[in-house]
Amino acid sequence: MGAPLTGALAPVTAGRCDGNLTVRRGPWRRGVRRWSNRRVSTEERTDPGDPDGRGAPVGRRLVLGMLGLGAAGLVAAPLLQRGVEAVAGRDPTGLTGLLPNGGGFRYYSVASSVPELGPQDYRLTVDGLVERPATYSLDALRGLPQTRLVRDVQCVTGWRVPSTPFEGVPLSRLLDAAGVRPEARAVRFDCFDGTYTESLTLAQARRDDVLVALRMQDRPLGHSHGGPVRLYVAPMYFYKSAKWLSGITLTDRVEPGYWERLGYDVDAWVGRSNGRDDAPTA
Amino acid sequence: MPPPPERPARVRRFTAGQRWVHRTTAWLALVCVASAACLYLPPLAELVGRRRLVVLVHEWSGLLIPLPFLLGLVSRAFRADLRRLNRFGPHDRQWLRSALRRERGPRPAGKFNAGQKVYAGWLAGAVLVMLGTGLLMWFTGLAPLVWRTGATFVHDWLALALAVVLAGHIGKALADPEARRGMRTGSVERGWAAREHPLWEHSDR
Repeated sequence: MGAPLTGALAPVTAGRCDGNLTVRRGPWRRGVRRWSNRRVSTEERTDPGDPDGRGAPVGRRLVLGMLGLGAAGLVAAPLLQRGVEAVAGRDPTGLTGLLPNGGGFRYYSVASSVPELGPQDYRLTVDGLVERPATYSLDALRGLPQTRLVRDVQCVTGWRVPSTPFEGVPLSRLLDAAGVRPEARAVRFDCFDGTYTESLTLAQARRDDVLVALRMQDRPLGHSHGGPVRLYVAPMYFYKSAKWLSGITLTDRVEPGYWERLGYDVDAWVGRSNGRDDAPTA
Repeated sequence: MPPPPERPARVRRFTAGQRWVHRTTAWLALVCVASAACLYLPPLAELVGRRRLVVLVHEWSGLLIPLPFLLGLVSRAFRADLRRLNRFGPHDRQWLRSALRRERGPRPAGKFNAGQKVYAGWLAGAVLVMLGTGLLMWFTGLAPLVWRTGATFVHDWLALALAVVLAGHIGKALADPEARRGMRTGSVERGWAAREHPLWEHSDR
C-alpha cells in the first residue's frame, strides 16, 4: 500500500509503516533510531487521520531528478553550448549577451577601481634594460604605423569570442625603437590599475602577433576593455593580454605576472597550457 | 470554525533551531548570490573589481550553504518537517492543479503546501548540482577539461534558474507578513494557519 516504490528514483523508500517487516523495507531495522523520514517521536508522529507526511516521496524524486539533470547537462554541455552560440550568433537584439555563455567578453578586474585615462594623461613608458628609455602619449602611439589582426579570443576560464579585430603598434617596433640591451631576456608589463602585471620572454614579445593595441572591434578601446591601451598577445590565453597597459620594462629574466604567481602558466599558449586543449588562436 | 476562547491565539510553527537553520542558510545564500552577481554582471564587476576576493567569498559562502541544513538534522522537529516536505498526498496534487490553473477553489495544504514542497525539493537538488559543478571549477585538477567546461555551462544556466526561483521565494514571503512572522518568531496566528494550512495538525503550545 501507500508509497509507490517506482524504480531507481526511490531506492531506499520503505513501505508504509504497516508492521509487516520485509526485506523491501530498507537497510535499517525497525525500532532503531535513525535520521530518516520514517521513524519519529510520539510527539511528532502523525496520527492516521493526518495527511501530512504521507504519500509519495516526491521531494526526494525532485532532488534526485535535479541531480540527474545536472549530470545530463554536464555530459550534453558541448552540444548545448553550440546550440546556444548558434542562436546567440543570429540575435540582432543583443539580448542574448545577458544569458550565460551568450557570447562576448566578460569583464575581469583584480583591482578595486581603475582610473580612466585619455589623450591628456595617458602615458606608456618603455624602460629597463634598454639603450633609450621612452615615454609615449596616446597621440604618439596613434602616430606610429598600425597593424590589424583578426583572431579568436580565448579566455582560460572557457569563453571564446570568434574573429575579433585588434589594431595597434607591434610590440617589437617599440622594443626596437628603445634598443634592447644584450642582457635583456624578458619583458614585464605594468598596468595603471596599480595591481596587474604580465610577462613575456623576449622571443615571445618579438612575435608579429603581439600588439600594443589601441583599437578593438574597429573602435577605440573602451575603458572596460582595458583602454585606452592594452597588450594583445594573440596566440596566448587572454590573461596575457594585460589591460590598461602603462609600462614595458625589459628584464634579465621572466618575472611571473599576477595570475601566474597564483598558479596560471607563464607560457600560456592557447591549447597547450593550463591543462586545456582549446583550438589554437594563432 | 472559530477557536474556543481558551485556546491560545497563536500556534507554534518553527522551533528556534529551525529558524536558525533558515536564517543562516538565507544569509549564506544571499552572500553567495551577491558575490556571483559581482563576478558575472559586467556593470557590477566593473564597480566592485577585486576579483580574487570576490571569488574567495563566493566559493566559501557556496560551500557552507549545506552546513546549517546538516547541523539542523540533529533537531527532531527539523527532521519531521523534512518528512512533511518530502511526502506528497492527494491534497498536494489538488493544490498544484488549482494553483497551476489559477482557480479560486480550495487549495488544501498540510503544514507545507505543495508549492513549498516542490520548491524545497527542487532547491535541494539545485544546490547539490551547484555545489558539484562549483567544486569541479574550483579544483581544476579533479576532472578532465571537458567536464570543467560542462560544469561551467551547468553552473551558469542553473544560476539563472536559481535567481528566478529565489526571487519567487522572496516575493512570496514579502506578500505574506504572517508567513514571515512565523519564520521570524516561530509562531503564527491560528486563523492564518487554518486558512493557509487547513490540514496541518498542530499541537497547541
